[in-house]
Amino acid sequence: MGKKVAKEVSIAVAEAVAQCNVDVISAYPITPQTHIVEHLSELVANGELDAEFVPVESEHAALSVCIGAAATGARVFTSTASQGLLLMYENLFIASNYRLPIVMVIANRSISGPISIWNDHSDVMTTRDAGWIQLFAENGQEAVDLIYQAYRIAEKCLLPVAVNLDGFTLTHVVEPIEFIDDELLKKYLPPLKMKYKLDPRNPITIGAIGIPEIYTESKKAQDEALKASYPVILRAWREFARLTGRKYNPVETYYMEDAEVALLIMGSLAETAMNAVDYLREKGKRVGLLRFRLWRPFPQREFIKAIGKVKALGVVDRAVSHCSTGGPVGIEVRSALYQSNKRPRVVNFIAGLSGRDVTVEDFVEMFERTYQALKEKPKAAYEIYGVKE
Amino acid sequence: MRKELKRFKGFTLKNMPREEFFAPGHRACQGCGTVLPVRLALKALGPDTIAVSATGCIEIISSPFPYTSWRVPWIHVAFENSASVASGIEAALKVLKRKGRFPKRKKVNIVVFAGDGATFDIGLQFLSGALERGHNLIYICLDNEAYMNTGVQRSAATPYGAHTTTSPAGKVIKGQVTWKKNLPAIVAAHNIPYVATANPAFYLDLMNKVKKASLIEGPCYIHVFSVCPTGWGCKPEDVIKVAKLAVETRVFPLYEVIDGKYILNRKVDKPKPVEEYLKLQRRFRHLTPEQIEYIQKRVNEEYEKLVKLCECFPAS
Repeated sequence: MGKKVAKEVSIAVAEAVAQCNVDVISAYPITPQTHIVEHLSELVANGELDAEFVPVESEHAALSVCIGAAATGARVFTSTASQGLLLMYENLFIASNYRLPIVMVIANRSISGPISIWNDHSDVMTTRDAGWIQLFAENGQEAVDLIYQAYRIAEKCLLPVAVNLDGFTLTHVVEPIEFIDDELLKKYLPPLKMKYKLDPRNPITIGAIGIPEIYTESKKAQDEALKASYPVILRAWREFARLTGRKYNPVETYYMEDAEVALLIMGSLAETAMNAVDYLREKGKRVGLLRFRLWRPFPQREFIKAIGKVKALGVVDRAVSHCSTGGPVGIEVRSALYQSNKRPRVVNFIAGLSGRDVTVEDFVEMFERTYQALKEKPKAAYEIYGVKE
Repeated sequence: MRKELKRFKGFTLKNMPREEFFAPGHRACQGCGTVLPVRLALKALGPDTIAVSATGCIEIISSPFPYTSWRVPWIHVAFENSASVASGIEAALKVLKRKGRFPKRKKVNIVVFAGDGATFDIGLQFLSGALERGHNLIYICLDNEAYMNTGVQRSAATPYGAHTTTSPAGKVIKGQVTWKKNLPAIVAAHNIPYVATANPAFYLDLMNKVKKASLIEGPCYIHVFSVCPTGWGCKPEDVIKVAKLAVETRVFPLYEVIDGKYILNRKVDKPKPVEEYLKLQRRFRHLTPEQIEYIQKRVNEEYEKLVKLCECFPAS
């Protein structure tokens, strides 16, 4: 095993991408993604990474370049955030339907308006239906590991993968990182070989028009492909654990074994929430924490298993779905529960928008409010938490 | 002269390749003036070609799954971004050749076929980006002067006075009120090695321009006049006649810009009146004599400007 080094997470992520020996990188600058692509372009400029860096004129073009390059059989990388992701929007759906193994890092940031560069999940949550495999990192080590895993998963499943990192709170912090050895990575990530690609020696047509007679079938095939990625993801994680000792699961749990009340969260805020769990556990409260690492395909079975016997579940969303039945995660969690026999009370908080701090005290408060739900059903489907009156 | 063109041999009727890379059986309208240049361009490029299409007529008529007219590898992604998709293909082939994952010596043409809407309007930024970055690709704009695929709406390529469904000939406003955007000039301002206009009525000239573009290293742009009988309201059998008249009336001059040097391929010293060109098309039938006079004046002015450019920056 390699030794731990202190790195800014963005730099570490770029180095992990370079370790994966990518062929084509295309990106457009947007805060807070910039350090990742700056470092990659530096590696290319210094001859440390043999890749083409295509500095495009927009994010739409960045993903378009990746689509063209991936369809030609190249290993590709792009990264964006916020408005950039929204500008890419139509291409996201095309990339997944064309079964292209693109890896993208989203440095999660709120979306306009009002314009804000700070962190929440409102950008990525608009892409829930885009057919990408969606992963969320909690810390720097996980961010780096998810890059290695993302390429393996993408190329085994022929599906695009988005690795989500919280903007600033994760991308811009310095953390101890353990990179995996290049030789080990070679075993874990074999070279990309695509059976169907743009090659004059074997002409194929990509992007034909889907007439009504075949559109449904095309969508069904795509849905099956995303569903089939689930066991591949689990295998990729098992293999990773075998090689590195670092274990990954679709749903991470913290003190869930005997929890009666739990919070569910995604991304780096989970680390703060753990402190709140520790604090309440010391006081004798049976609380626990759940975190989705895998968001698409939705880990239905693992989620239902992970909630154990909780009587109330507080879902902390980092995005608003205006006047809907909850925040994006809240809606899906309720729907997932409805398909099971478990019926915990669900309280849905929308918190930490645009980098608003969510402190240990806030999480303690959310736990208390979730406890209250045991006695009294929440009045609203969701609540935007911590609004200043 | 560019070194790539020193030993350039053009196509003639005798050495015209027999192979077709755009298969018959596609769903284009009768007399389509857009399919013809695609067929000719692919003939000139040959099998070692990867084609990219923007959303539009060509994409729709050539690829109703499970059928395809493309005998070369082909990809369509979206409306505006074909120049970026082609950039990605070019970058990929470059690096794959370097890394030994694609035959190093195999020269592959990367060609874009995009309509005027996809080029003048929604895709201009993407085209500009690809040209500025200097990718080795050929961008062919198939200019049929409106959004034909969606039912003849005006674009920035629609000529002055033309009736379209969004620039209708009404009682007060009589068709398109603006003059056509000069896209070859905008492209030439990117200082790319090769810009040309072409017209399928002059098919050898068109094929030779495509061939030159395939030999030249760097971004090349060919602007193809593509008569649309459906949208323009001309007879399918008159498509070539209309296309020819566009050159003979100076409406669409044939020229090349090679490394900033201008060549007028067909000098039109005794132009036919524009009215001859206009009267064959229903989209112009409402024009008043004043409007026709304005068109005639402006066409001559634009042509004179081009002649001046050719005099000031002549190819050696």
